[in-house]
Amino acid sequence: MSDKAVAERQEPTPSVGDGGPDMIQLLTPEGQRVSHPDYDKYVENLTADDLRSFYRDLVLIRRLDAEGYALQRQGELGLWPSLLGQEAAQVGSGRALRPHDFVFPTYREHGVGFVRGMDPQSSLQLFRGVSQGGWDPKENNFHLYTIVIGAQALHATGYAMGVKMDGNVGTGDPERDTAVICYFGDGASSQGDVSEAFVYAASFDAPVVFFCQNNQWAISEPVTKQTRIPLFQRARGFGFPGLRVDGNDILATYAVTKHCLDMARSGNGPVLVEAYTYRMGAHTTADDPTKYRISAEVEQWKFRDPILRLKSYLAHEGMADESFFKAVDEEADGFAAELRAGCLSLETMPGHTMWDHAYAEDHPVMEAERAAFLAYQASFEEAN
Amino acid sequence: MATTKMTLAKSLTSGMRKAMERDPKVVLIGEDIGKLGGVFRITEGLQKDFGEDRVIDSPLAESGIVGTALGMALRGYRPVCEIQFDGFVYPAFDQIVSQVAKMHARGLGAVRVPMVIRIPFGGGIGSPEHHSESPEAYFAHTAGLRTVACSNPEDAHWMIQQAIECDDPVIFFEPKRRYHDKGEYDVDAAAAPRGLFEANVVRAGTDVTVVGYGPVVKTMLEAAAAAETEGTSLEVIDLRSLSPLPIDVITASVRKTGRLVCVQEASSFLGMSSEISAQVTEQCFYDLEAPVIRVAGANIPYPPSRMEDNFLPDLDRILDGVDRALAY
Repeated sequence: MSDKAVAERQEPTPSVGDGGPDMIQLLTPEGQRVSHPDYDKYVENLTADDLRSFYRDLVLIRRLDAEGYALQRQGELGLWPSLLGQEAAQVGSGRALRPHDFVFPTYREHGVGFVRGMDPQSSLQLFRGVSQGGWDPKENNFHLYTIVIGAQALHATGYAMGVKMDGNVGTGDPERDTAVICYFGDGASSQGDVSEAFVYAASFDAPVVFFCQNNQWAISEPVTKQTRIPLFQRARGFGFPGLRVDGNDILATYAVTKHCLDMARSGNGPVLVEAYTYRMGAHTTADDPTKYRISAEVEQWKFRDPILRLKSYLAHEGMADESFFKAVDEEADGFAAELRAGCLSLETMPGHTMWDHAYAEDHPVMEAERAAFLAYQASFEEAN
Repeated sequence: MATTKMTLAKSLTSGMRKAMERDPKVVLIGEDIGKLGGVFRITEGLQKDFGEDRVIDSPLAESGIVGTALGMALRGYRPVCEIQFDGFVYPAFDQIVSQVAKMHARGLGAVRVPMVIRIPFGGGIGSPEHHSESPEAYFAHTAGLRTVACSNPEDAHWMIQQAIECDDPVIFFEPKRRYHDKGEYDVDAAAAPRGLFEANVVRAGTDVTVVGYGPVVKTMLEAAAAAETEGTSLEVIDLRSLSPLPIDVITASVRKTGRLVCVQEASSFLGMSSEISAQVTEQCFYDLEAPVIRVAGANIPYPPSRMEDNFLPDLDRILDGVDRALAY
């Protein structure tokens, strides 16, 4: 093995690392604005109102997450996959989208859904077990959650190929040119479907932004188990650009995603964004991270908290004061109360509706099984 | 009525051509389907006439074919995937059974994924491993999919069009060793002779019902002709639709004959014949004069091609099955 190969082998991405020199950052962990020659232009026009609304989104989705966790612990949800720590990656990228862009989420993108206008009950109903999703993706251009890791990367790519076949790429008309964003994690980067999606997207110049939230952990396995090189560098092998952004920096995430969406819409084909972040909580409520990672690592990432970072910046720049932060917290309390009430009022559909949507067209087995089920139920009523 | 003599392969081509002319959202995707026209030439000439956007040469990755086709369907297209050979569909298995099959249910009906996955299947062509398999049971087992198999040129012409028009995903099995069989029919007829999910009694008879699909239908008809010379009358049913299973056609026949032989190239264990046998037993218990007999592939990995004649149900094995049914 050559020295160079050895050197590459020894360059894993340490989960307590700072993201390295390639990581694009516009706000330091302390909330200091730092200039970047390529990305300042994407945030220059953001007003104080915009930034305050970013802050509000971050606080509300953290609250959504906390309520999801609590509802699971109270037995109201079967499971909850936490987004704690990834709020900036989700809000920054989600807010960079235009309404007609299309999102393919994993099962953790509650924050992206929220900024797309999804009813927060949508993800609760899935984890409460009253539906497998059940929303119409066309309403907010936000697809159903995909639970099989990485499978949605191909759907996003095919959808983007369709966008291109429709002629909605590179026209210069901002109302027409459309991008697709595909979310996945560091674990999914090992899936064959993600590699195939990269190949297809590159081959067809599909207008898709692959947005990888590297939260450093795939359940119990560190990112070093998935990759020998920083994940954003994977794109080079497939022939398209890859960028690493500080995923806990909402300004940088917003700017980089805007840039990449523009590139995709213009007809340049796919881009990979690695949002370097950290899963502060467990993989899901069924997980126990104390078995495989040290608390010192979590403590270190607390200093890079995405919400505190924006809060410091807003306060320091005089764009928000205590009364604003207090008002957002109060709004979050009301939001949380609504979420809890909404979750408890989600109705379980009657059993015979299980057969209603397996097929789009009439199907004799569906009709026969539904009828048999109803007759079986009715037999008890008659007996009574 | 002007009829044309056409092979099963060319009937599929003509059917897809008609579907593409009718609906600009119909696109084809698969390996080597463009300039080459596919390894079996089923898409020959279509890329030249409809362009590279509608006849898409895909990278060599089957999960990618099906997964991106699903994405196109979500965008409003009606993709038709070509899987090159039966044994190469497995890399796409997760996309088919976990994504394509479940998308409509996941969205409580908000999302339709009208797409067709064409798979040449069955043996008898002297090919190496993975080129002669019959994987239909995997797909027929999966709710959310519809699974069909054509057996003759006229059906191929119509069934592919009906599958493309269906708003549910359809797994479309093509009997590859019958691709070059010829049939004479009216390609421009106003309507299909029957619905996509209907079985067809291709030969009426009185003594034993024989049911099968795809490549064995022709073998069953040859067996029926041979049986006739010995004074046995076979009723032959071309199943056509594996899911939903048109069981009523089979039970109606069994109530008449009292005897049923199921024929398939796939291994017998948990195959289509197993399901047919179970349902017929449940529904026709008092009409049966004999147990349901299965004539199927052996329960082994598909053998090397010089041994495949031992594996495949042929005329003699079907007649042996008929004799066993008549022995009761």
